[in-house]
Amino acid sequence: MDYHSVSTFAQSYGLLYLFGLFIAVLVYALWPRNKEKFDKAAHIPLEED
Amino acid sequence: MFSHKKIEKNSILMLVLVLIVVSIGGLIEIAPLFYLESTIEKVKGMRPYSPLELAGRDIYIREGCYNCHSQMIRPLRDEAERYGHYSLAAESMYDHPFQWGSKRTGPDLARVGGRYSDEWHVTHMNNPRDVVPESIMPGYPFLGKTPLHVPDVAGNLETNKIVGVPYTDDMIANAELDLAIQVNPDADEIDAFLERYPKAQVRNFDGNPMMLSELDALIAYLQMMGTLVDFTSYDVDANKR
Amino acid sequence: MNLLWLAFTIICALIGVMLSAKAVDSTMMLHGMVFSIASVLSAFALIARNYRNINTPGLADANGSVNYNTEIIKAGVIASAFWGIVGFAVGLVIALQLAFPALNFDLPWTNFGRLRPLHTSAVIFAFGGNILIMTSFHVVQRTCRARLAGDIAPWFVFWGYQLFIVLAATGYVLGVTQSKEYAEPEWYVDIWLTLVWVVYLLVFLATIWKRQEKHIYVANWFYLAFIVTIAMLHIVNNLSVPVSLAGVKSYSLFAGVQSALTQWWYGHNAVGFFLTAGFLGIMYYFIPKRVNRPVYSYRLSIIHFWSLIFLYIWAGPHHLHYTALPDWAQTLGMTFSIMLWMPSWGGMINGLMTLSGAWDKLRTDPVVRFLVTSVAFYGMSTFEGPLMSIKAVNALSHYTDWTIGHVHSGALGWVAYISFGALYFLTPVVWKRKSLYSDALVNLHFWISTVGILLYITAMWVSGILQGLMWRAYDAFGFLEYSFSETVEAMHPFYVIRALGGALFLIGALIMVYNLWRTVRGDVREKEAGALVLNMEFAGAR
Repeated sequence: MDYHSVSTFAQSYGLLYLFGLFIAVLVYALWPRNKEKFDKAAHIPLEED
Repeated sequence: MFSHKKIEKNSILMLVLVLIVVSIGGLIEIAPLFYLESTIEKVKGMRPYSPLELAGRDIYIREGCYNCHSQMIRPLRDEAERYGHYSLAAESMYDHPFQWGSKRTGPDLARVGGRYSDEWHVTHMNNPRDVVPESIMPGYPFLGKTPLHVPDVAGNLETNKIVGVPYTDDMIANAELDLAIQVNPDADEIDAFLERYPKAQVRNFDGNPMMLSELDALIAYLQMMGTLVDFTSYDVDANKR
Repeated sequence: MNLLWLAFTIICALIGVMLSAKAVDSTMMLHGMVFSIASVLSAFALIARNYRNINTPGLADANGSVNYNTEIIKAGVIASAFWGIVGFAVGLVIALQLAFPALNFDLPWTNFGRLRPLHTSAVIFAFGGNILIMTSFHVVQRTCRARLAGDIAPWFVFWGYQLFIVLAATGYVLGVTQSKEYAEPEWYVDIWLTLVWVVYLLVFLATIWKRQEKHIYVANWFYLAFIVTIAMLHIVNNLSVPVSLAGVKSYSLFAGVQSALTQWWYGHNAVGFFLTAGFLGIMYYFIPKRVNRPVYSYRLSIIHFWSLIFLYIWAGPHHLHYTALPDWAQTLGMTFSIMLWMPSWGGMINGLMTLSGAWDKLRTDPVVRFLVTSVAFYGMSTFEGPLMSIKAVNALSHYTDWTIGHVHSGALGWVAYISFGALYFLTPVVWKRKSLYSDALVNLHFWISTVGILLYITAMWVSGILQGLMWRAYDAFGFLEYSFSETVEAMHPFYVIRALGGALFLIGALIMVYNLWRTVRGDVREKEAGALVLNMEFAGAR
């Protein structure tokens, strides 16, 4: 294993993985059907007794 | 209304996801350092610390010298002129842990060995302002007055061997003796000692032949720093990374 | 269950006695004794508790609301305030030592090299750690609508953590250190902390498991990431082999360049997960709570969370620019550090915009002022950080006071301010007081410490950049213009100003402690009676 193969791996699969993860989070956060759930969640601290 | 199991799963799922996400960066950055051959340069001259130098290094750590002094010269023009050749990874390959430091309240010490006389160090450690009026370093007058006490000299070497420093059985067997004689150039066993630790400096370091003090150990360590690697045979191009 | 804990304390006491009896050095003898005394005291406390017959309280109290564990929060408030003062005071001492070296007294126990870890550990782990444990216990209970899990376990976490602090701090003064910054405690203290931390994680998780709220609120995500990641970092970075099981000394498993990267992977993520993620958990609960509005965008908080924890973990190598660390690792560290700017500012915007429509509270409620200013400092530090991680900038800033200034704009401005806000918020809540003793004193605290911070960080900017430039200055003949000692001499005025800033910050904190103490007593400052910001939760309390 040398530097070259490590960097090739990082620049291809590594980048793909990073980008995929970011997209997944973005989709989850912005998915329209989740909006109501998140709005409710945001009120959790304010509703306690 | 909702199943308890699923909730438990969710928090565990989150925990696992977090662990995966946070371990990736460390794995990809740190792991290659251990098996990429180019991490540490090939040099001549590096050897494990002599027992006295190691004791001095332990005092250096104990007093927290790393808080104000770096041991890492960067490849920048002014640093080369001020401190000498930039530091190589190989030069700290036996440092458990590293002492590169993060702040230069005082100057870099990576190549301080041989730069000042023993007398200068003795005066300086006693009261830094006697030799450097502008200095803000604390004085360490107690080092010269404290006899060097290492609970288990051979044990220190053995432990270093466990974590990867190439101490030989011979070195470990003679550790106690080597600690005592590095301050005594007249000792019979000096030749064998120098064979075990080439380039080791043998003399009374703190100017007080009556006692092997903590100051002896510390100065022995300081005077050795940066003197081991033979730069005349160092091939810069072969070690490009 | 009580019996198990009792057995545990007895075993600990025996281990302590054995360590002390077989010790190969005096510090281990002392620490073994401290450990066994603490264990015996805990055993007595457990027995006394049993006789007082305190049963695990039911889910609900008389009014049908959840019976929250507030006693542990009270203990946390007291411990945080106490360690805060200790940490700030030691900081002031070492700042003065740099300005006036005679204050080192040339003794082993008082020199800068031993006291500086005492300061950093006291503020980060003793003050910050207690704040994090305490607020996380409060937030997880409230947002899950469930009493904190465990009866004795949370108290083990609390007292076990204080014991860790005492062992670490006394060790530093006696010269026991691994010399790894922010991870100085030796192997046996590390093992103890690991044990405490695992129980902490279990208490936190078990509370989440018995929650009555379907969704896990985002603040808890940040806390969970903080607890889990710190466990991982702590264990890996502290791997070492002790010379003797009855001695303090150990040699770390890694050497040289591997040791350096592991340390700064740890060091930077101690900032990222201890001082950022954990305190973001505070931000996401206490700001909405105090201004009585939901967080600006919950969606943004999700993106903030995942991108922050993902990017932070890579940024460590920026502490090792131009060192013997291979270039590819340095470049990787720099790239991720710069990218980190985006989620950081996303989080800052989310915190600040929570106030939209309630900006007047910034004027009327001094506690809100603390919380909001902390987020502003968070924004400033997380802009400065990526800037300093650029190699060309770092070549100048590294090894200088600029780094110290940067750390303190984050530590004083962000971490301490949000902690002060949380303390001011929590004290009336857990002691069931109508309001604080005085809002005017909060205001005074705010202004004194803000002036202190500004003095501190501007002094460090100037001294850092000045020294960096002096180191690389050449004269007309092409020689280095300044000797190292000349650059040290030039720092003196700034070190005096810095100490002054630190003194103001300490005075502010002392004002806070006084104010909180009077609040606990149930006092209200007469002049302000009727004009104080009320604690909404217990408006009916005295």
